[in-house]
Amino acid sequence: MSEPARLPAAARAILRGDRRALARAITAVENGDPAADAILGAIYPRTRGVPIVGLAGPLGVGKSSLINALISLLRASGRTVAVVAVDPSSPFSGGSVLGDRIRFEGRATDTGVFFRSMASRGAVGGVAAATLEAARLLDAAGFDIVLVETVGSGQVDVAIREIATTRVVVLVPHLGDEVQTLKAGLFEIADVFCVNKTDLPGADIAQRNLRDLVVQGRKTEEWATRIVGTSTTQPNGIDALWEAIEAHERYLDASGERARNERQRLSTEIVGLVRDRVGRELAHELEHDPELRGLLDQVIARSLDPRAAARRLRLAVRRTE
Amino acid sequence: MPAPRKAAPAHPIRVLIAKPGLDGHDRGAKVVARALRDAGMEVIYAGLRQTPEEIVRAALEEDVDLIGLSILSGAHMALFPRVLALLKQQKAGNVPVFAGGIIPDEDAQRLKKAGVRAIFGPGASLEEIVATAQKLARRRA
Repeated sequence: MSEPARLPAAARAILRGDRRALARAITAVENGDPAADAILGAIYPRTRGVPIVGLAGPLGVGKSSLINALISLLRASGRTVAVVAVDPSSPFSGGSVLGDRIRFEGRATDTGVFFRSMASRGAVGGVAAATLEAARLLDAAGFDIVLVETVGSGQVDVAIREIATTRVVVLVPHLGDEVQTLKAGLFEIADVFCVNKTDLPGADIAQRNLRDLVVQGRKTEEWATRIVGTSTTQPNGIDALWEAIEAHERYLDASGERARNERQRLSTEIVGLVRDRVGRELAHELEHDPELRGLLDQVIARSLDPRAAARRLRLAVRRTE
Repeated sequence: MPAPRKAAPAHPIRVLIAKPGLDGHDRGAKVVARALRDAGMEVIYAGLRQTPEEIVRAALEEDVDLIGLSILSGAHMALFPRVLALLKQQKAGNVPVFAGGIIPDEDAQRLKKAGVRAIFGPGASLEEIVATAQKLARRRA
């Protein structure tokens, strides 16, 4: 076969298992580097669609510790694992502290694990797109399972809904009163609830509340949302957590939902990529194109409203295509 | 309307902050991590008691532009050269390493000769550390 010779060198290296090439490709994806186009194009046919398990939940509930425990469990059964841990970027400085590696211990030589931290980087490019593409690179590099860790709020929360095949929402006892569990958002996306820190008092109440207020009465055609209690200090319940995740993955296949979800996900991704690209280009044009800058000036002067300006901008784009 | 391709936007500097060896005092490393964050960098905080192997592995997986090592235990003459050697072995000798901690002047001289790019002792200002980190990361890019 001569086909591999036509692949970009970076893509060949990734498929060969070169960890450095993999790390650099993820950076290219994060930075919106045009070099990522060719790499992603080359590896896409080699992706297998491995499970992407998202762990979302508030700060400090133990997501990183759970991931460390899951890594141990999966490695013990011979499966390879990649982790993408997303932490927020500062809206003020653009900087971030990515601290999820702290719990990732004692794995200096195990090549069956790859751990990457990512900053959410605000709105630029979208964290969902970068995380999904990173997961794809990890899939092509041969990892059996991709774990994605995010703080469950705002944009990042949406990211987990869009990219994970199984969504685990991690909570702890005494996180708030019962009304918190009724609020829209995080509680609605869970395929599996994980009540962590069951060594603390109140864990049974937290699990019961979830069962009574969130899971019961939910419109579940076939998948009944699972609730699992875990503790990483004991440790306890990690195997039950993984069993619940695997049960959901099996359900996706048996019900045909995996194929349906994938179609929806890819459609969202393609439209999102176009929107990001066109949006960036238009923002640039509006500032730098002499004709279009006048449009912005008119809006500033109140002689044109933003919607009318948007219509003209769209027409201007159509004319040039 | 022409659609000129804009140059790729400047991306944040990625820096690994780690504490090699066995001392458990990481307040200094955390203060530096925060200052680098406030300067717009993405700081991968690897935490305490890292072996040189773990540090180099993290640097490569995270594809960092820069590595900062903090040490107060006195084991710097053993651990820093080991990190540098492992980086070279992985063909990553171009990733700059800077350090902070309790490091006597004569050791600092020798470590700089060995390839540590900058060393900060007690009393170094955060402004100075941030400026040096920026310079080191830029030179690599």
